[in-house]
Amino acid sequence: MSKLRLAGAAGIVASVLSLAVFSTSVLPQRAMAAVPESTDTIKIALFDWTGVNLNATILSKILKAQGYNVELVTSDYLASINTGLRTGDLTVGVEYWDTTAKEAMADADASGQTENLGKLGPRAKEEWWFPEYMKEKCPGLPNWEALKDPKCAEAFSTPETAPKGRYLGGPVTWGGFDDERVEALGLPFEVVHAGTDAAMFAELESAYQRKAPIILWIYSPHWAPAKFKGEWVQFPEYTKECYEDPKWGINPDATYDCGKPHGEIWKYGWAGMKDKWPEAYKITKNFTMDTDELDAMIGEIDLDKKSIDEVADAWVAKHQADIKKWAE
Amino acid sequence: MAVLDQTAPASALRWRNWRWSLAWIALLLVAIALISLPSLAPWAIDYPKQWIIPLAAELKALMKWVVKNFSIVTRAIASMLQLPLDLALGLLAKGFTIGNGAEALHLPRLSWLGLVVAFTLLGRLLGGGRIALIACICFSYIALFGQWDSAMLTLASIAICVPFAVLLGLGFGILAYHSPKFDTYAIRPMLDLMQTVPAFAYLVPVLLLFGFGPVSAMIATIIFAMPPMVRATALALRQVPEDIQDFASMAGCTRRQRLWRVMIPTARPLLMVGVNQVIMMTLNMVIIASMIGAGGLGYDVLLALRSLDIGRALEAGLAIVALAIALDRLSQAAADQGPLDPTAPARRHRYALVALAVLIVTTLGGLVWPWLASLPKDMTLTTGPIWSEMIAWINVNFFDAIDATRTWLLLHLLNPVKQFLLKTPWIVLVAALGLLGLYLGGIRRKQGWHLAILAMLLFAFSAVVGLWEKAMITVYLCGISAIFACLIGIPLGVLGGRRALANRILGIVVDTLQTLPSFVYLIPVVMLFRVGDVTAMIAIVFFAVAPAIRYTSHGIRQVPAHLTEAATAMGCTRRQLLWRVQLPLALPEILLGINQTILLALSMLVITALVGTRDLGQEVYIALTKADPGRGIVAGLAIAFIGITADRLMSAWARRLRQGMGLAAAETGAANH
Repeated sequence: MSKLRLAGAAGIVASVLSLAVFSTSVLPQRAMAAVPESTDTIKIALFDWTGVNLNATILSKILKAQGYNVELVTSDYLASINTGLRTGDLTVGVEYWDTTAKEAMADADASGQTENLGKLGPRAKEEWWFPEYMKEKCPGLPNWEALKDPKCAEAFSTPETAPKGRYLGGPVTWGGFDDERVEALGLPFEVVHAGTDAAMFAELESAYQRKAPIILWIYSPHWAPAKFKGEWVQFPEYTKECYEDPKWGINPDATYDCGKPHGEIWKYGWAGMKDKWPEAYKITKNFTMDTDELDAMIGEIDLDKKSIDEVADAWVAKHQADIKKWAE
Repeated sequence: MAVLDQTAPASALRWRNWRWSLAWIALLLVAIALISLPSLAPWAIDYPKQWIIPLAAELKALMKWVVKNFSIVTRAIASMLQLPLDLALGLLAKGFTIGNGAEALHLPRLSWLGLVVAFTLLGRLLGGGRIALIACICFSYIALFGQWDSAMLTLASIAICVPFAVLLGLGFGILAYHSPKFDTYAIRPMLDLMQTVPAFAYLVPVLLLFGFGPVSAMIATIIFAMPPMVRATALALRQVPEDIQDFASMAGCTRRQRLWRVMIPTARPLLMVGVNQVIMMTLNMVIIASMIGAGGLGYDVLLALRSLDIGRALEAGLAIVALAIALDRLSQAAADQGPLDPTAPARRHRYALVALAVLIVTTLGGLVWPWLASLPKDMTLTTGPIWSEMIAWINVNFFDAIDATRTWLLLHLLNPVKQFLLKTPWIVLVAALGLLGLYLGGIRRKQGWHLAILAMLLFAFSAVVGLWEKAMITVYLCGISAIFACLIGIPLGVLGGRRALANRILGIVVDTLQTLPSFVYLIPVVMLFRVGDVTAMIAIVFFAVAPAIRYTSHGIRQVPAHLTEAATAMGCTRRQLLWRVQLPLALPEILLGINQTILLALSMLVITALVGTRDLGQEVYIALTKADPGRGIVAGLAIAFIGITADRLMSAWARRLRQGMGLAAAETGAANH
């Protein structure tokens, strides 16, 4: 009796195993063609904002059409470049911003386990931002010097920060040097850090609904500047010296007496990609995106509630010529 | 506290209390002296920087070495786990793709309609019509609200995680049962850590060892969900009556036969409670797992909240709740089934055949009629816009009142407590904990001294690794939240314990609160209360109120009927019945509830870091994004040690109260009855 059961169990295990082997290794060989140099899956990282997921989906569709096996893997923005891309668990990440991932990218470059695959195209911008209706209460805006006016600061205050204004900064993990900036420029503001950007935009939405005062960190490409009417604060233009040399700028004793740097958005890949999938590597390197088009598509997804798949398909259909050029 | 030792003469009692007051006053004087004369002993006020042990850096180096030398083993394990996961994903969510690229042959996944029917049949088999209806409603909700694709991704990973966690838990539980020494010195401390170190803290090591993707998410989930199974197994085996074991030995069973053929089947009901807990814990991890590559419903929630689509986030969150309720009721029904039912196999086979037939027919039918494969988009429902509009309406009309409340709480309650904890010299707080440990554990008992030393060591850990300030913010935030949760939860629990209807409604509320990912309500709360500590506190209270309700209500309901009847017969009013009989008898359970509330509050920390708190949770979160394993583990341990300290102190308090009220006698009396 027990022998029989054992045999049955062995049979089940064997059939499961053979099915698994069948589906993972035997079958793909049948369709082995010249273009996919390897049938192993190319893994493209998804993060948690719309733009990057759209770009990743578009790239996956391009590569799939070439015959590659492609999978989209959800992962964490900075953790992906610090672990996944280095070990080869992820193959490509399409958006690493100079403004938020500079340190991580420098580390990754130093490790030699990843490769910078060039610019995506759109330029990242991030800065203090206020809704348009705040100009009434603080007429000097968008010039940053208006914020020095105590009356202006008070207009942006809440009971626990008054008389100082309340500036909602990004999550501490983003860096950004806002505490230093406030100090260096002598702004009567208190910096409050949001934990995530979801929380940050929740506050903006809430304030905007009530036409209530708010000033916060916004970045683009993002749907917020499209949905809400407002302007960037104009700080003294960023230069490298401003962040490194105290003597530069308005405050001779402090660094960070200027605005935030603008920056590129980079594609990164696992260093082994070049040899494993040369053709896909070339396409990924050539893949670029137009800023205005990206903004429009993000709006279609986040504001008009179209699905990412749908929007990506439309883009691929429209850009067949470009794709062909990239593959040559 | 006056009812501690009823046998002692009144004068001795007074002297003893007097002595304790003296000790506390002495400590207070030391604190005042230290603060007013800061030059006296600056090291006692702020922990000196040069004394900090750079544990994080050392752990990071160790981790690097482990990854370098053992990643072959861990990667092999990962690829082994990948196979069953791929199978489950293929069956439930993605279908199987054979071949490459565009010309690939695609085999369909199981049809949604077939699965709804199959789960309904399973419910009918396990628990009759009511369970069948619940399963049917839950899975239909998922299909109709357009959550099917993601829900099946989630279900597939649960389907693989749960068996692994159950088997591992069973193994460790049996080990703990066989070797009490191993249990005390290895398994129990390990379980304590597994349940109190936040999952975020070990995500980075898991990622480094097992690679990015669903498998890592699975492993983290298994670590998180296993402890209740170990505890349930050890407890269940210990509870198997002696005579059954003796009978098995007399019948000539070998040791192994006795375990697997006699003891495990006898212990089945309690084991199934463990399985049920594993399922619920697995669902709790859905959001966190989605951050490192599991995808599914958790990812939908995150994505929807990133674009501030509260309605969509809520619907995805409720799909997790629906999945949880369906699986919870099904597994509970399975647990309630008698171990021996002679008609069961034939009935089971009949049901299995019908379900299989429906699955095959609908799945193959899906090849012809696409709506059977996946429900078309225009047939799905959404309530999304309503929710966003509701929040907007509250926001526009009630924000001023809400903001006034928030400001008041912040200025008059939260900030003063925070300042108090931050300004008090660290050494005084550590000493105070030691004193509390002695007081609660009993100064004359060896355990009392053990407790005091343990509490002091665990608490001082935060200072030694340089996280004192963040640890104090943690204590303040969790402490206040736990107090609020108890103030709300215990009265509700009392209500539930005394009225059946209230109990049923509260049951649903508690289930929802515990499985609805807290992130879903975090964002609306941010819209109304702004980023900051008040928002974090509200989120923690929402999550941590559940055990306070559940344990209180359970405690009141299990007061033996003959006691309440006797009390009523003696002429107690309802109020007297509550205060003199029910509450005192339910006190141990209520304390256990408070204990669990504190632990849950601590486990919410990492989530609250997402709305900008500056506590240990934030430290863990920063470590995750910077992929620094050492930093995350150290901060995680600091959280765990705060939790373990609270747990031990609460347990000591509960024991003390029980002894003081002579409850031990009442309990055994009730058990004998």
